[in-house]
Amino acid sequence: MNRVFRVVIACVMLSASAAYAQSDATRQKGNEVFQYWCATCHGRGAGMPGTIALTAKYKGALPGALEDRTDLTPQAVRFVVRNGAAIMPFFRKTEVSDADLDAITEYLVRRSPQPGERANTGR
Amino acid sequence: MVLPPNVSEADFSAALGEFRSAVGADWVFSSDADVALYRDSYSIYWGEPEERVASAAVAPATVEEVQQVVRIANKYRIPLYPISTGRNLTYGGSAPTLRGSLVVDLKRMNRILAVDEKRHFALVEPGVSYFDLYNHIRERNLEVMLDVPDPGWGSPVGNSLDHGVGYTTAPFRDHFGSHCGMEVVTAEGEIIRTGTGAVPNSDNWQDFHYGAGPTIDGLFAQSNFGIVTKMGFWLMPMPEAYLTGTVTVPRYQDFDPLIHEVSYWEDLGLIGMPDYGSPIGGGFFAPPPAALAALMASGWPSIDALERFVGVEARPAWSVRLHFYGPEETVRANWQAAKRRFSGAIPGAAFQDGEFLRLPIPPEQEPTLPDKPRLGIPSLEVFAMVARNPSTANDPADGHADFFAMIPRKASAVWEAARVMFETYREMDTPAPYNPFSTPINYYSRCFIMAAVVPTWRDPARNSRSRELFARIMDRCAERGWGCYRTAPAFQDQLARTYSFNNNALLRFREKLKDSIDPNGILSPGRYGIWPASMRNTRA
Repeated sequence: MNRVFRVVIACVMLSASAAYAQSDATRQKGNEVFQYWCATCHGRGAGMPGTIALTAKYKGALPGALEDRTDLTPQAVRFVVRNGAAIMPFFRKTEVSDADLDAITEYLVRRSPQPGERANTGR
Repeated sequence: MVLPPNVSEADFSAALGEFRSAVGADWVFSSDADVALYRDSYSIYWGEPEERVASAAVAPATVEEVQQVVRIANKYRIPLYPISTGRNLTYGGSAPTLRGSLVVDLKRMNRILAVDEKRHFALVEPGVSYFDLYNHIRERNLEVMLDVPDPGWGSPVGNSLDHGVGYTTAPFRDHFGSHCGMEVVTAEGEIIRTGTGAVPNSDNWQDFHYGAGPTIDGLFAQSNFGIVTKMGFWLMPMPEAYLTGTVTVPRYQDFDPLIHEVSYWEDLGLIGMPDYGSPIGGGFFAPPPAALAALMASGWPSIDALERFVGVEARPAWSVRLHFYGPEETVRANWQAAKRRFSGAIPGAAFQDGEFLRLPIPPEQEPTLPDKPRLGIPSLEVFAMVARNPSTANDPADGHADFFAMIPRKASAVWEAARVMFETYREMDTPAPYNPFSTPINYYSRCFIMAAVVPTWRDPARNSRSRELFARIMDRCAERGWGCYRTAPAFQDQLARTYSFNNNALLRFREKLKDSIDPNGILSPGRYGIWPASMRNTRA
């Protein structure tokens, strides 16, 4: 392996690891924003109106708790936060900023497949 | 884009520029997508020309920025509509009363300025939510208990300014009644502090609410006379214990002595909000059991018929759950004393011991607790009642509009109110969730509420029927002499007209104040029926 190639590989790995670290930080922030703004309705456990509603809607075909979903797409998360769904209202930017929404999205789609689609989550 | 009434596009554009200079470009929202986030998602006019939508929104971070916003609005005659956390769902949410108003979104003013665990008060800005204040208290282990409304994302400031309510003892669950001191930016951009906050260098703003002279705090609730930027609240010291117990009484006509005895405990300040029910009636808004439905098939039954029905059912006619807060010795002693007094007043009264909890609740115990608001713990669990759930799964509504008829605390009024509601729904050919065992809500300790929850939709045809039902309920109750304590902008003019004693003297007095305090009519025109002079003549 020539030196140039090794340098290129090293750079790619560094950059991938930096991207991974950034994504990790975003997900961590997304988790925090989710717990503050969303988990009070959509958390796991009894009594959560959003989780109860989604459980009733999907009748076991999909988990009621959003954090247990593996099929969420960035588009769906963004749409529901800014457009609401049934009795769930939409959220203003003084509540959930665009950066917060990016982080929530990154957090909720973390277990979804299709990494190619995830690379295109920008607005 | 929707423009404010009588404001040119050029002036509006110039004003937006000045708002951007005042608060920063990031905090003025004027794109269609951003302004749409200020719609009322439970609007009963959703998607129709009458829907009250904003022209733009501005989000100041300081009281000085609020003053600048007010001055710019006066210059261009732009109607403002301040909101706190904007979560007043069912009562208008973050949408204005007047279409085209500019929303002043105070969510960024989110400082908790003081929580005093010795003198038992808090001082907060409008953007602070009940969740925020609760977290602040818990993280510091402060020995105070909040009184929270059902949804915890609201603002103590905004909730109390719309006369919101909670669940603990009478002095605290009246949220406006438990406030102490406010800071207000007037329509002319001046800052007022009420109560002892008006004494320069005062150190007891949250200890004494009157100050001296006429109190004006009430002018800033359900109104449009100023923008409240700080507000103090009296808090309950954290009680050592919480104990519940349920009383049941056997006969239909035991309801009146039951209420009378509960009122003894309530008005001594010894219990939280009593929770009335009926083992026979099927519960709040539930359809009546089959036997009761059969009894009602030939009309509203007489009291004698109901008494016979209760006898055949051989179950208690009424129940009430009581909630005691205080030291362990006294809550246990109070429940014992309650058993003695109820037994003496009502032959056949029976008792069931409920929960006993030591307070504060350990954090790990919180998630599984039912009735969190009764323990001062904010939550959103109440939405499970109206969200898609096993009982609404066929047709969950998109929102709801609530009508609360304020009725006297006596059995005959409860029975009459249930019947008025029942007949009004029937006139509209709508299933009526009322029967002779319907029970009142007791948010305000001295008054009962007979509630109506009318669904709202994203469908104009269904909303049209909901509007007709809601308006009819309001009229029927007003004919009977019952007001309502709070409503969404869509019904605020109608509500104001129901308080019409002596040729609307009360509303006319408020209008005189409006003209004097807000001569350009820039603050929340139309809120609770108060329009500035320039808009009054165009409205019936």
